[in-house]
Parts: sequence; C-alpha cells; structure tokens
Amino acid sequence: MNGTIQAPSIEYALLAPVLVVFGAAIVGVLVEAFAPRYLRSAIHLPLTLLSLAGAFALAVWQAVKGVPTKPAAMGAVAVDGPALFIWGTILILAFVSVLLIKDEEHFVGSAAAVPGSAEEEQSLVERAAHTEVYPLLLFAVGGMLLFPAANDLLVAFVALEVMSLPLYLLCGLARRRRLLSQEAAVKYFLLGAFSSAFFLYGTALIYGYAGSVDLAKINQALGSVGGQDTLLYIGAAMLGVGLLFKIGAAPFQSWKPDVYQGSPTPITALMASGTLVAAFGALLRVFWVGLGGLDWDWRPVLYGVAILTMVVGAVLAITQTDIKRMLAYSSIAHGGFLLIGVIATGHTQAENTSALSGLLFYLVAYGFTTVGAFAIVTMVRDAGGEAWHLSRWAGLGKRSPLLAGTFAFFLLAFAGIPLTSGFFGKYAIFQAAVANGATPLVIIGVVASAVAAFFYVRVIVLMFFSDPAADGPSVVLPSRGTAAVVGIAALATVVLGVYPQPVLDLAHTAAQSLFVR
Amino acid sequence: MPWLSTLMGVSVLGALGVTLVRNDKLAKQFTLVVSLIVLALTVAMAVQFSPNGDKFQFAETYDWIPAFGVHYGVAVDGIALVLILLSVILVPIVVLASWHDAEAGKRSVRTYFSLLLVLEAMMIGVFAATDVFLFYVFFEAMLIPMYFMIGSYGGAQRSYAAVKFLLYSLFGGLLMLVAVIALYSIAGKGTFMFSDLVGTIQDVTTQKWLFLGFFIAFAIKAPLWPFHTWLPDAAAQAPAGAAVLLVGVLDKVGTYGMLRFCLELFPDAAKFFTPLVITLSVIGIVYGAIVAIGQTDMKRLIAYTSVSHFGFIAMGVFAMTTSAGSGATLYMVNHGFSTGALFLIAGFLIYRRGSQFIADYGGVQKVAPILAGTFLVAGLSSLSLPGLSTFVSEFMVLTGTYQRYVVPAVIATVGVILAAIYILWMYQRTMNGPTAESVKSLPDLNAREKWVVAPLVALLLVFGFYPKPLLDVINPAVKDTLSSVSVTDPKPAVPVAQEGQ
Repeated sequence: MNGTIQAPSIEYALLAPVLVVFGAAIVGVLVEAFAPRYLRSAIHLPLTLLSLAGAFALAVWQAVKGVPTKPAAMGAVAVDGPALFIWGTILILAFVSVLLIKDEEHFVGSAAAVPGSAEEEQSLVERAAHTEVYPLLLFAVGGMLLFPAANDLLVAFVALEVMSLPLYLLCGLARRRRLLSQEAAVKYFLLGAFSSAFFLYGTALIYGYAGSVDLAKINQALGSVGGQDTLLYIGAAMLGVGLLFKIGAAPFQSWKPDVYQGSPTPITALMASGTLVAAFGALLRVFWVGLGGLDWDWRPVLYGVAILTMVVGAVLAITQTDIKRMLAYSSIAHGGFLLIGVIATGHTQAENTSALSGLLFYLVAYGFTTVGAFAIVTMVRDAGGEAWHLSRWAGLGKRSPLLAGTFAFFLLAFAGIPLTSGFFGKYAIFQAAVANGATPLVIIGVVASAVAAFFYVRVIVLMFFSDPAADGPSVVLPSRGTAAVVGIAALATVVLGVYPQPVLDLAHTAAQSLFVR
Repeated sequence: MPWLSTLMGVSVLGALGVTLVRNDKLAKQFTLVVSLIVLALTVAMAVQFSPNGDKFQFAETYDWIPAFGVHYGVAVDGIALVLILLSVILVPIVVLASWHDAEAGKRSVRTYFSLLLVLEAMMIGVFAATDVFLFYVFFEAMLIPMYFMIGSYGGAQRSYAAVKFLLYSLFGGLLMLVAVIALYSIAGKGTFMFSDLVGTIQDVTTQKWLFLGFFIAFAIKAPLWPFHTWLPDAAAQAPAGAAVLLVGVLDKVGTYGMLRFCLELFPDAAKFFTPLVITLSVIGIVYGAIVAIGQTDMKRLIAYTSVSHFGFIAMGVFAMTTSAGSGATLYMVNHGFSTGALFLIAGFLIYRRGSQFIADYGGVQKVAPILAGTFLVAGLSSLSLPGLSTFVSEFMVLTGTYQRYVVPAVIATVGVILAAIYILWMYQRTMNGPTAESVKSLPDLNAREKWVVAPLVALLLVFGFYPKPLLDVINPAVKDTLSSVSVTDPKPAVPVAQEGQ
C-alpha cells in the first residue's frame, strides 16, 4: 500500500441528467440564502422547470446517442436502457407535479408555527411562504433518478435517503388540516427511517456474504460462495423489506394512506407517481441483477406479496371515505399489479424483455393518470380547503360536467377499461405473466381488478348519479398550471389507450438489452 | 369502400356532433338523422353482401398494436351482418321513442343521445370485429355508455342497477381477458386475428379452460341462468330505449360470442360442455318463464321473458345442427324486434301513467286501442304465434334441437306454453277488463309513437311470413361455423312433427 489512491473515473456526460437536477437543487438553496424573499418564487419556478426540462433533454440525447453497455462511475451507476426510460418518465412526471406546486395555496406559510397559534395567524398576515419547497423537490427528484440507476447497494441506499428525506419534510407542509399533515410527516419519517435501516442492514449482511456491494458481483457470488446462506437469505429479505416498503406493498403498506392523505396534494401526486416509478426501478434492478440467481427463492415470496398487496389494496379501498386515502389504496393495489410484472420473468431474454417493457409501460400510464387525478382533487374545494370527504363529491357531474367527466375517465383508466391507458398497462403485464406461467397470479389479478373497479365506479356513481348537496363544494377555476396538468394527463391517458404502439416500442427498445451488469 | 369503418365513423362523428349542438331539440333531430344515415349505409352495404361468397366480406385489416399482435380487423359474415342490421334498425327507432325520456331526470339530453350514438358505433364494432382482441375491447368498452345511460337516466333504483350491470359484465369480461391472453400465448402465432387462431388449440384440456373463460363472460352477458340476476334490475331501471338496446342488442353479444368464438375456437371443449349448456338453457327457459308469470312490474316481466328466450337461443347454438343454429341466429334478430316492441310500448304506457306496476292498469284497450293492439301483436310474437317472426325461429330451434337432444327439446316446449301464460295474462290484466280510474284519460299513441311502433310491427309480420331473405344470409354462415366444429346434422330417424305450437 504505497500511498497512491486511484482517482475514480466518472463519466460526467452519462450522469449529466442527475447532475443537472442536483446542481439546480444546490443553486436553489443558494437562492433561498441570498435572494430577497419577494424574488425567490420568481427565480425558483423557472430554475426548477428549466433544470427538469434540461435533464430530460440530456436523457433523451443519451438515449439517442446510444445506450452504454457498461455501468458508469466505476460500476456504481448503471445508465442503461431501462434507467434512461425511467429517468425520462420521472422527469416528465416531476415537471408536471411542479406545475401543480406552482399554485402555492397548498403549502403552509410557516411550518414551525403551532397550528392554531398566534404565530400561524402572523404568518398568514405576512403572506409568508416556504419557497424551500422547490429545492427540496429537486433533491427528491435527484434521488429518484439515482435510485433506479444505482448499481451497487450503497449508492442505492444513499439515493434512497436523498429521495426520502426531502419528501418527509414536504409531507408536513400542507396548508390545511395541518395536524394531519404533521402526523403524516412523522409517520412517514419514522417508518421510512425504519425501512431504510432494514435496507442498510440487508446491505451489510449481503456484503458479508458476497464481499461486495456491487450488484453484478453479488450475483456472481450466488453461484460460488458456499456455506454463508444464512447471511444471504436474511440479507436478501431485509433488502426486500426496504424496497417493498417504498412501493407500499403489503404488509408494508400502512404508511401510504396516512401519508397520501396528509401531504399537500401536489406532493402526494409526486410521491404516487415519481417515487413509485423510482422504487420499482430499484426493486427490479436489485432483484433481477443482484439477486437474479436467487429467483427460485424470492419468487414465491414475491408471489405471496403480490397477491396480498392486490387484495389488501382493492378490498380496503372499498371502505374509504377520503378521496386521497382511496387513491392511496388504489395505488397499493396497482403496486400489486406491477409486482406481477416483477415476477413474470422467464428463461429467455425475450420473455424478460416483454415483462420489463410491460412494466415500464404500466409505470408511464399509471404515473400520468395518477398525477391527473390528484390535480383534479386539488380543484374541488370546500371552505376548509380541498373537499376530501367522498360524500362531498356527490352530484359533481351536474355542477361541473367537464371536471367530473375527466375524473371519471381517470378512474376508468385506473380500473383498466379498454380504450384507456390503464387497460394496456394491465394487459402488457398480464400477458407477460401468462407467457411465463404465472396464470394463477393473473387470475387473482383480474379478480382484484374487478373488486377495484367497484370502488372506482362508486365514485362515478356519486358524481353522476347522486343529487348534489345544497352546500356542495365549489370547483375553483384552475390556474394555468393545474389546467395544463389535467390536460396533459388526460391526453396521455387517451393516447396511450388508443394508440399505445409508439410508447410500447420505446419501452421495448429500452428493455431490449435488459439491465447492464 | 371501407363500409364498416364508415358506419362506425359516422356514428362516432355524430356523437361528437351532438355534444356540440347547443339546442336540445336540434340535438335530437341531429341524432335521428345520423342514425338514419347509418341505417341507409348499412342497407346499402347489406345488399352488396353475397350469401354464397367469401365467409367474411367487407374485410378491413390494419395493424393496430403490432407489439401485441393486435389488428384493427373488421368484416362480416351472414351472422354478423344480420345482427348489425338489427342494431342499426333499432337505433333510430329508439331515438324516436326516447324523445322525451332524457328530460324527465333534468339531466343533459344531449349527453343521452351522444351516448346512444357511441353505443351504436360499438355495437357495430363488436359484431364486426375479426380480431379477438378488438372484439374484447368493444365488448368491455360498450359497457360504459350503457352504464351511464342506465345510471343517469334510469328509474328510482338506477344507480344500484347500473353498478350491478357494470360489475357483473366487467367481471365476466376480465375472466375472458385471461382466456384471451392465454389463447394468444398458447397459440403462439403472434396475432389475434380470429381466422389465424381457429384450430390452433388442439389440446382438449387447454380448450376446456379457455372455453370456460369465454363462456362465463358470454353467459353473464347473454344472460344464461344462473348468471341472469343483473338483467331484471338493469332492464327495469333503464329508460325504455336503453332497455331495448340492452336486451335487444347488447345481450346478443353473449349468444353471438358463443356461436362465433366458443364453438369455432374450442370445438372439442364445446362438445364436451354441450350437455351442461343445454341443461342450463332448458332450466333458463322454464325458470325465466315461470318467474315472469309471477312479476308485478311490466319491465321486469319482459326482462324475465328474455331470460327464457335466451335459453332458447343458447340451446339452439349448442344443439349444433344447422336448423337449430340458423334458428338461434334468426331468433337473436326476431327477439330484438319483438322484445324491443314490447319494451317500447310498455315504456309509452309507463310514461303516461307513471307506474311500472301491472296492478295500476286495467282496461287500457278501451281508451287507447292502438297502443293495446300493437302491444298485443308484440306480445303474440314474443309467445311465438305462427305468422309472427319469432315463431319461425323458435320452431327451427326446437326441431333442430330435437334431432339431437330429444328430452331437452320436449321440456323446452313447455316454455312455449308458459310464454302464452305470461304474455296473455299480462295483457289481460293491463288492457282488458273494466277501465281503471287512473287510466281513464290516457291518450292513445301519438304520431311520433306510431312511427316508432309501425316499423317494428311491420318487421314482425314480414319476417313471420317471409323469413327467407334473412335465412339465406344466415344459413351459409352457420353451416360454415358448424363445419369448422366438424359436426354434421344427424339423419332424422323418423320424420319429426313438432308438437306444442
């Protein structure tokens, strides 16, 4: 050991999309520190949007230029087809979510003021605003980009934390129902920290087994290292717990309804779309690349988890009376459907490609519809903020048919009715699963879809077939940002439902080479 | 000329157009014109159909989603053609009949008529689809407009009925989806085109599973006993016009699916399950008829008679003789007209008096003779009086079934007798006897309503005496279907004289 440490070679160009987002986040922090208060918002918004758009452009450029066949940054980050596709998806969804955030009605003026106190009054009078929301969001998005691309477990852990910590904070910043919001933040933080600890401990145990945290090396070790199986199994299980927590799979789903309910709705939209996409990307990479040789062991477990997740999500959603909680359970159920795609691996590359491309398509379809649905939730308001109770939505179809019609359309897409994007998402995954011999799982999947259809339809019944309450909620005239979000989401849901071929091709191309090792 | 796409395109554009019209009355007239244009186009297409030409005619096939092997493929054979004709004839009649239906609920009139035209496009699509996936898409998607028509414009229990209808059908459809996917995977052809998939599944066990996936969906849709419970609710709560399309056309998708997909794709399984299906059909025939007799609500009564009639149709499909198969197809058409007429005239009556209950009526014949008279004609057709169209088809189904399955055919004839009871007893209670106080001032059919009823009665009479044009179109298609199931008609052991007519 004579003193020379090799400087790591970093492919900055490959990592540029992530670096742009992180860079913009840091600039955002500087803006917070130095720009006068009245200017901050005006600087943040273009900065955030531009950086996301720029990162997207860079990601597209990478994909066009040719996808690298080797992991970057000394094997720590894999910028491959699936990663680029996921990046593109996350960046678009984040961009759209920022348009929702722009409407600052959603965030508290002063998060530190005790709800109901004089300080809170004061902050309202002063029209205080937490413009930190923007850099926090950028950090979270940066983490989301890194997480599914992380090719070793430590980078994955760092990415997980970078993604989660800002989200814990953002959850607690709701302007209305502040106690609920703070409760959500604390719950999310405690449970999230717990699950991160699981992930880290799992990493340590796997390192003990394989002697490396690099996913490819772990997979090599699966065949060659003997006698350490306890370490391997416990480690793999703990990694699984950490990852399944993030996607909200049962039995680790209990945070989702609370957090989705309490968070400011734009943040819920970001979590329900971006975080889910990122977490599925990471789950796929860890299980397919790192633990691919162990699939005989994890597949039955994920089989059970998928069934449980679908059933829990679909059944518990029926009893919900809060629109955001209902959408949270719906998101859990969709997590279960997506897990079918994780399990639907086969023996040939073509089979795996079809499963992976189906999953990627589903994520895009679901992400857009979700953001659109939450955008509509922000528009239906009562005196005390959003009209969260489902009964308040009664008769909305009469009062504002366009809004209710669009929401009904999103719900039908969630339910997977043909000619919506949700149908082809489900179809793609189910088809891959049937082709790879998971037909029983698909049958449970369709039964769960039928149950899920019930509660989506129930909302449609409320909106269209019930008479409106006398003092029903008002529908605010959407800001241009919100209107754009709803428009984009509806357009994506229609186009992906009627002519999905281009996106399917894109997903197929991205999935062609599978993950690099 | 891409006939079928044009038909659907005109309907869809019409639906969009209706939403843009600002005036309700104009919207109705516009819908009527669009539906008449579609009818005219369909007739123009139908006369070019050559019954002994290719099996599928007016075919159009384009790639839709190559990644999944899905095509936009439409074409018609004789069976599909007559069902499309049925649909497009019923739509303008329903439009005219529903002139005031949508106004009762203070809901958007334009939306109702727009949904009607969307539904028309999907009805054409579902019968014309030659790609199994496309068929599935229409099969599921057409639930949505009907769901809104029942839920928004129906009776007091409308949202319950609409949800029950949607969930039953959706559940069946999802089971079918699994079978569709499995069919694609196992066939391994990389395509969903029906003609490429026929004969690809050889293994009998696989056939049985896939058959069940398709069959349950169709049995719910048709509906066959014991999957029928949604129908009385949905039909009774739907506005009369929507009920006509629901029972007259949408439910035919189920029996059509059995004939087209269950039989041709899974011939061995179909033969295996035939005893079961025949049994269910016979139970349905008798059960539907008996329950219909006990109904106090006119619309529910008509819905239950349909359960009985769908038993006949399913029995005819699975008897697998040319006569029964052609009879069943003809039955699908005739049932659409006769039940459609019953629903619409009952609807007129209900609109006047504001009650669906038989007990609230009596002696209507004296105050509204035309209404009563046409109701009687429709009813007599429904109970298969010779000379009216349903008789021909019911007779063909029974004789065709008798060639192969004697006992079920004999039991099924009981349904014919029961039909006489439920129809005539309802007629007697509502139309005959002393005129009830509440119906004394009931007006007779007005000009619009006469225009609704006249074509239906005419069709019932024409096809009763001269069903040949329909049978000429249907027969070759049914023969072709049965030959792909590789069954031949049994030789009649004795000349059969069917009793009970």
